[in-house]
Amino acid sequence: MTETMSAKSAGASEIADEGVNRSLWGDVRYELARKPLFWVSLMLVLVILTMAFFPQLWASESPNARGACDLANARGKPTWDHPFGYTTAGCDMWSSLVWGTGKSVILAILVTAGTTILGVLLGTAAGYYGGGTDTIISRITDIFFGLPFILGALVFLALFPERNVYTLTLVFVVFGWTSLTRVMRGSVIATKQKDFIDAARALGASDLFIIRKHVIANSIAPVIVLATIALGTYISAEATLTFLGVGYQRPAASWGLLVADGQTLALAGFWHLLVYPCAFIVTTVLAFILLGDVLRDALDPRNR
Amino acid sequence: MGRYVARRLIQFIPVILGTLFLLHMLSTLTIQIVGDPVRALFGPNAPPQAIIEELQARYNLDDPCLEQTGNPCVGLFVDRIGQYASGDFGVNFRGRSVMEMFLERFPVTARLTVIALAFEIVVGITAGVLAGLKKDKLIDNLVRFTTVVLIAFPVFVFGSLALLLVGLKIGLPLRNSDWAPEWLGQMLNVGYDPDYPWLSLVLPGIVLGAFSLAAIARLTRTSLIENLRSDYVRTARAKGLGARDIVGVHTLRNSLIPVITYIGIDIGFLLGGSLVTEGIFNIPGVGQLVFLAIQANDAPVIIGVVTILTVVFLVSNLVVDILYAALDPRIRYD
Amino acid sequence: MTDILSNGHHRAIRTPLDALAFDEDAPLLEVRDLQVEFHTRDGLAHAVNGVSFVLEAGETLGILGESGCGKSVTAQAIMGILDTPPAKIAGGEVRYRGVDLLSLDESVRRHVRANRIAMIFQDALSALNPVFTVGWQLGEPARKHSGASRADARRRAVELLDMVGIPAAKERVSDYPHQFSGGMRQRVMIAMALALEPDVIIADEPTTALDVTVQAQVMDLLAGLQKELQLGLVLITHDMGVVADVADKICVMYAGGAVEQANVYDIYEKPAHPYTKALLESIPRIDQKGQDLTVIKGLPPVLTDRPPGCSFNPRCQYARGNCAHDEPPLYDVPGGRKSACHYWEEVLGS
Ligand SMILES: Nc1ncnc2c1ncn2[C@@H]1O[C@H](COP(=O)(O)OP(=O)(O)OP(=O)(O)O)[C@@H](O)[C@H]1O
Ligand code: SF4
Ligand SMILES: [Mg+2]
Repeated sequence: MTETMSAKSAGASEIADEGVNRSLWGDVRYELARKPLFWVSLMLVLVILTMAFFPQLWASESPNARGACDLANARGKPTWDHPFGYTTAGCDMWSSLVWGTGKSVILAILVTAGTTILGVLLGTAAGYYGGGTDTIISRITDIFFGLPFILGALVFLALFPERNVYTLTLVFVVFGWTSLTRVMRGSVIATKQKDFIDAARALGASDLFIIRKHVIANSIAPVIVLATIALGTYISAEATLTFLGVGYQRPAASWGLLVADGQTLALAGFWHLLVYPCAFIVTTVLAFILLGDVLRDALDPRNR
Repeated sequence: MGRYVARRLIQFIPVILGTLFLLHMLSTLTIQIVGDPVRALFGPNAPPQAIIEELQARYNLDDPCLEQTGNPCVGLFVDRIGQYASGDFGVNFRGRSVMEMFLERFPVTARLTVIALAFEIVVGITAGVLAGLKKDKLIDNLVRFTTVVLIAFPVFVFGSLALLLVGLKIGLPLRNSDWAPEWLGQMLNVGYDPDYPWLSLVLPGIVLGAFSLAAIARLTRTSLIENLRSDYVRTARAKGLGARDIVGVHTLRNSLIPVITYIGIDIGFLLGGSLVTEGIFNIPGVGQLVFLAIQANDAPVIIGVVTILTVVFLVSNLVVDILYAALDPRIRYD
Repeated sequence: MTDILSNGHHRAIRTPLDALAFDEDAPLLEVRDLQVEFHTRDGLAHAVNGVSFVLEAGETLGILGESGCGKSVTAQAIMGILDTPPAKIAGGEVRYRGVDLLSLDESVRRHVRANRIAMIFQDALSALNPVFTVGWQLGEPARKHSGASRADARRRAVELLDMVGIPAAKERVSDYPHQFSGGMRQRVMIAMALALEPDVIIADEPTTALDVTVQAQVMDLLAGLQKELQLGLVLITHDMGVVADVADKICVMYAGGAVEQANVYDIYEKPAHPYTKALLESIPRIDQKGQDLTVIKGLPPVLTDRPPGCSFNPRCQYARGNCAHDEPPLYDVPGGRKSACHYWEEVLGS
């Protein structure tokens, strides 16, 4: 019952594609600005990003600094001065968590950037050119899809004796690019059928120009949404793999390691060793997922 | 339908071969780059060369192509496929067959996965339908909020917290009390109890299924809302059908199609998640096998079990695909 | 029509319809001053703004108008299948045999649909449920409204498919919608509307989605069934040729309102409203089929921001000063016609 209307209005304005872009993003901004959830998640994301890149703003002393940790304080319960207590290594829990943020977040950003670039390139190639290109890319995607993320990542990380942000990023990108590629491919196929692409082609524009100017700009929205959510899930995946023992290695200060330390001790009464790291992980993942969710709602024309 | 199944079976062969090849290629590449796991196992205090060589021969790690970085080792792959076909997925560093260890532990993991699936499907679809029918009402907002929060909880976080807060703080007093029924205490146990092979897996099963529950609820909701707007629902209304037929018959079946697809993907997620859950709850399943192998740095076990799990995942995906076709005639008659 | 339902025991089932006092002398379907609003982000849109018409048994009423003028919304409001919200029926009456349907409770009203008033949609592919067989969908009304058994419903489905001229109906009942051609699917839609022998059929652009050659066949089928079964047919269309062939009377809509009503000969001979006149002039030959009504200069008003006065004013050749602030009522024009134009006499004379 809405379909007649939206089809009509879309048909009328898409001839001028610049117009449609501007008004689409204008609408999105309008939708976002009046959503409190958007502002909440955006604030959280900004806080997390500053913690990741400038931890000294939030906790003056790095737990890795000489003399920062004292084994005498190990597992110390929260006190008035140190409301988050001490880790098993006797470091201040709050600064360990703050300085551990970067480990997770920077990895997630690198992985998201890598998978997004790969996904956009491969998805556009498959969707726009179709035919043999599409077949090859889609079959390779299928094969990678046959390997569940955690299982695949686990095998290779277990084989690497040294694991750092680069090896982790590499493995995550290798196993993570498929879903974004699929989404981009679907979105490009939908865009390709729109009138303005035909119009541009009729005007003699080259393929590369059309892809750059029209196809990507009009197909990217679902990828942005998915990438935002994926950022959260990579943080979660890194923590999980670290927890399993195939992610970051000691003595790195990482959330997953802190949970692994706290998990058994929590049962013995040291609840703060478990609850605080968990709270950091959950809040961070939640912030990105919420942001992606709000973006998705704002980008969905059917919600207007 | 018969033709569709036959075609899916034929398509299945290149996919499974491709995936196994990918697994093989990436693991050989890693071995080529970082050195073989037998040496890694012993670290700096290496045993005599003869022992190393004997071990390497047993694990197929003496193939010269493993020294040539970039060589895909196709010959080795063909050998491996032959071994896989005869059920040989390698041996651990003590010489026990991986397949044997797997089969020994698989029933527990299967039970755990079944509990997780049942839980996430029943609760997830119910929540999704309720939210979709009452879009933007209280129940919808509640479901949307809870599911976002659930999705933000990694399995190991949820599991650790559940173990602490439910298994210990609630379950333990129940098990020690004389008024609470035995089954209730067992349902909230901190670990696996062979005397209660299903009940003691309930809490871990819920932990394992929680993430997917959220995903299923959201998927059901979105797809229900979408289908409620569709033309054929309008037709159903024009036919004078009541709300129960419109939702229960005309909308639900269409809305469950994407959910079924998701469940196919989800089986892979559950298999991965079972590593974590079994590690946390100390459940003697396949996941714990991997968990222990990681700690012992026992690479052949990790590769072997992950290979078996991948095959399990691909086969269950195939089953889900066929189920999907049973629900959607457009696929069946393509 | 041979009917397994009427000689079985199923008709004995009591439905809420039995409690309604239908007046067989009242007009079959009468719409009076129907108003439908949509609450949108840009404000209130009056999608239907005072549509009235009368339809008798055996009569075909054509509804004409540009895209977006509110034809489908009118049809769905009569059927009672608008989504509320966003839609709201702000006023008016829809009387079937004297009973105002808008005042009925939904639990009663749904029995009016299909039993008395049925609808045919434009795009049969999306209007049929993709996951059920055609036979199942055709038999559903009989099962749900008349309590027919599965076997009876299936027999009824075969009968209906036969009636709309689908060859090998016995085999095809177990096919799915996507296995039919476009024309065949539209026949299935027609069959589905006829399932419970309604008296009124509302067809919303039943042939627009079809190939030109198939359009004529489907239209002939519909018109033939209408004659044979003495149905009241409301035919919404863009195709002037179709209306000329099939309709007895015509209602022309513009921007949510009915601007002219007349019998089909009069309106083609001498339109009494500038909009109708422009429509007719926009096609080279009246008997030419497949023409779209798109060639009038300018755009219809935005429904959320309707100017005062006559809504056709900005595009009207006959407009004078008062047209911009005096909204024209629906004037009675000799010959039982109606026109919403202050200067209908002048238009009629020209
Ligand atoms: N769900 C909706 N929300 C808001 N406005 C709507 C909605 N559905 C319809 N409208 C409004 O109602 C008006 C009439 O729509 P309708 O579908 O009845 O047009 P129509 O005459 O059937 O056009 P067409 O010939 O294209 O089918 C549209 O212009 C639109 O503005
Ligand atoms: S009332 Fe005036 S503007 Fe409206 S149709 Fe008549 S002449 Fe044209
Ligand atoms: Mg319409």
